[in-house]
Amino acid sequence: MTEQTFQPHIIGFLCNWCTYTAADTAGVGRMEQPPNVDVVRVMCSGRIDPAFVLKAFAEGADGVIVSGCHPPGDCHYNNGNFKTFRRMPLLEMLLQQYGIEKERFHWGWISGAEAPKWAQLVRDFTTQVRDLGPLDWKQELASKEE
Amino acid sequence: MMDAGRHPNIKLMTYCDVQEMSGYVGRFKVKVLQRPRYVDIDLCTGCGACVEACVFKRGVPNEFDAGLSRRRGVYIPMNGQGVPMKAVIDEDACLLLDKGKCVKKCMEVCPTNAINFDQKPETVELEVGTIVVATGFNVFDAARLSAFGYGKSPNILDGIQFERMSSATGPTQGQILTAEGKKPERVAIIHCVGSRDKNANAYCSRVCCMYAMKHAHLVRDKTGAEVFEFYMDIRAFGKGYEEFYERVQEEGVYFVRGRGAEVTVQDGGQLQVKAEDTTLGIPVQINVDMVVLATAMEAQPDAGKVASTFGLSRSADGFFQEAHPKLRPFHTNTEGVFLAGTCQSPKDVPDTVAHASAAAAEALTLLSRGEVIISPTTALVDDQLCSGCMTCIALCPYTAISFTIKGVSGTALVNEALCKGCGTCVAACPAGAITARHFSDKQIWAEIEGLFRAPSAEPVKETL
Repeated sequence: MTEQTFQPHIIGFLCNWCTYTAADTAGVGRMEQPPNVDVVRVMCSGRIDPAFVLKAFAEGADGVIVSGCHPPGDCHYNNGNFKTFRRMPLLEMLLQQYGIEKERFHWGWISGAEAPKWAQLVRDFTTQVRDLGPLDWKQELASKEE
Repeated sequence: MMDAGRHPNIKLMTYCDVQEMSGYVGRFKVKVLQRPRYVDIDLCTGCGACVEACVFKRGVPNEFDAGLSRRRGVYIPMNGQGVPMKAVIDEDACLLLDKGKCVKKCMEVCPTNAINFDQKPETVELEVGTIVVATGFNVFDAARLSAFGYGKSPNILDGIQFERMSSATGPTQGQILTAEGKKPERVAIIHCVGSRDKNANAYCSRVCCMYAMKHAHLVRDKTGAEVFEFYMDIRAFGKGYEEFYERVQEEGVYFVRGRGAEVTVQDGGQLQVKAEDTTLGIPVQINVDMVVLATAMEAQPDAGKVASTFGLSRSADGFFQEAHPKLRPFHTNTEGVFLAGTCQSPKDVPDTVAHASAAAAEALTLLSRGEVIISPTTALVDDQLCSGCMTCIALCPYTAISFTIKGVSGTALVNEALCKGCGTCVAACPAGAITARHFSDKQIWAEIEGLFRAPSAEPVKETL
């Protein structure tokens, strides 16, 4: 796999009401976006246990997106996004301590009405992760064990 | 509206603000602020004697006539045709309430002694099963686009002003007259004022093409004046609309394909409209006596406040967001709250009637069924694993988790009727004792693992 054709595998954890809706609308609206992001739907971004993100990286994800509803008022569950807001900066620090570049992890807010913003994020983030190259952490571990 | 006002099962509360909504489908608690109208609504007969007697003869601009006429401090809304047909005193226009000084002629003449200046705002609490939000739209303020000269001449009217002028109950009893009191000889109608314009609203307001053509028809019919319609595209989308477009063309209305660019007031007060006729490819300028702007429909200025009161979301254009653009066009993401009419998007009358009827039917269906189907995606506490740390209790946005003491320790308990299944408690539980049904840790982990087994992320051709 050459650098040119490297296709990063990105996992997106999206809340049902805002970003998932935006992603759905982007699809219905035939907005152009690369096929590198696989989506795991959760009811609220507050449901996203930081362990999910770690699990995704451990399984071999090259990048992870966490996205929910805009704070303060957009959350369908009143304030679930605030819990995300508290957890994700800490997770970001933790990931860097594990040696995962912070460019591989994106967390933010996209409302259901912002389908073009979602398509743009997918395009930009895929390019960004592609430029970083694969996260070869499984192979590195394997080579160390040998 | 009249039917709603008379219906024995409908309690009409006017002059009110909804301040708070809590609870859930089937059992909403709504706090309503009844603003004082300073007239006892049970005593008032709507005779209008107080309106005649009000000493504030000059009055204030009448909102119902879009500022074309004036009304007094006490008035019966909608030029005496409002529902309920009862007087109301405007705090900002009443000399007594605003300035503190008046001879109170209205009290003297009232035959039923209905006027009461001691009324205070009252808060009413209601318990309701379902809610329909039908807060309507706001007319685009044409002064925001200065090129159209709105406000610079009394002969530049917006859509609603012309509508009032051509109404038999309007300020001119339906005669179409310039501010000088003459019949206009040439009238320009400019489409898409505030719609399909990146400087104002990017969307199409849907109704303007048709109402502008109706205005053209009325001008032709009532005054015989020459009418010039400046349009970008004619969107005659509804049943019988295309036929109406053809009829208006046959009536001799000139259609100029090109967005009106500028309206200027000449010396002597005459108006000049500049535009580009894109079918001829030449700039045109036409002198007219009256300009009617086909103003856009916008979301209400307080839509944000209403949205947060009822837990609604709004689309990028500011209107309330429906649950699904095709399949659930009048539902919202808050169970039991429905949308009706132009608060959801611009609509003409038939579409509004259809939308509102659907919302009412759905709201009634829920009530008559008497029970609601709740989503099975709720949280479940395993009391064998729960250590009783109470972390989840503070996190729950619905206070659905309670703490039950059992023996020496206690465990958390989720009320499934209140739980909406967001899963915040699940993500936070240090003991892993809470399961989000249908979104359990096990399921999501399996989903993540599955994503790395499936042959996704195959090398694809670079398309971007």
